[in-house]
Amino acid sequence: MSAPQSSKLNAQGYRHDLRGYLTGFGLAVVLTVIPFAMVAMGDTLDRATVIGVVAVLGVVQLFVHLRYFLHVDFSPEEREKVYLLAFSALLLFLMAAGTIWVLVNMNTRMMGMG
Amino acid sequence: MSGTSAIHAAPGLSYEAGHDHDHDAAGKALWGFWLFMMSDLILFGLFFATYATMLDPMSYAGGPTPRDLFELPGAAMETAVLLTSTLTFGLASLAVKYEQGRGRVLGWLGVTLALGLVFLGLEVREFAHMIAIGAVPQRSGFLSAFFGLVPLHGLHVTAGAIWLVILMVQIVGKGIDAGLTSRLARLALFWHFLDIIWIGIFSIVYLGGIV
Repeated sequence: MSAPQSSKLNAQGYRHDLRGYLTGFGLAVVLTVIPFAMVAMGDTLDRATVIGVVAVLGVVQLFVHLRYFLHVDFSPEEREKVYLLAFSALLLFLMAAGTIWVLVNMNTRMMGMG
Repeated sequence: MSGTSAIHAAPGLSYEAGHDHDHDAAGKALWGFWLFMMSDLILFGLFFATYATMLDPMSYAGGPTPRDLFELPGAAMETAVLLTSTLTFGLASLAVKYEQGRGRVLGWLGVTLALGLVFLGLEVREFAHMIAIGAVPQRSGFLSAFFGLVPLHGLHVTAGAIWLVILMVQIVGKGIDAGLTSRLARLALFWHFLDIIWIGIFSIVYLGGIV
């Protein structure tokens, strides 16, 4: 491959990669501004709705970061990383949900005794 | 392992450096760092779980509640700074990958470091204010959990900043070789990962506490 051609390909690759980071950043900004704005509106919105939106957009933003900043996708080459993330998420869920379950339960029982 | 070769194909985290042997070693090191990050994820996850169990009036122990302590502008500022630093680190990664020169790489890393330090400054100011008004870790279970979780993230950012300084010194001294690009790819993973943890902190601790 001649030098000018390869530098042209390089420039294309750079623009493509740059667009990826900027897209991720743009999405992350939107997904951050919406929940902050909703909380800032205070009591005009239903509390449960706001909590739901904050939780959902937080999870969406997690995937945006994984896709655009950590470059994890569902291509066959990335499959092992996806398995790793999925298994870690499973372990985390078991431990975190278990902790919350047991401790909240205990809180409730202690309240009953007091 | 088929996954390691794929790591090189990912934009931003892999760089066209060295021959195939270097490539494989760098890929394995990055894969190993992914495994470490997952153990760190579990650690943060359990601190989050502990914090969640402390969001109960009983755990405030008559002390300040999240609503009394947290303010939107401060959290928004910290979030904006950290998110921007993740983008500027990405731009530094691209400058390495496309061989845009030492100056450009150092420039973006410098901006990232500056933003990281601003973030830490904002956090320290927030913690100092909390301590000044008596919202210390030993005041209640809720505050113990808060000071376990949020400064743990700050400690990670501090470690990342020190690591960043070391790599910048190496770039100035020895230039950008295969070893440096490999180390920089791991720091990139670390830095982007910390921003993901911050999504959890601003959603659960700050927004969840204020709403």
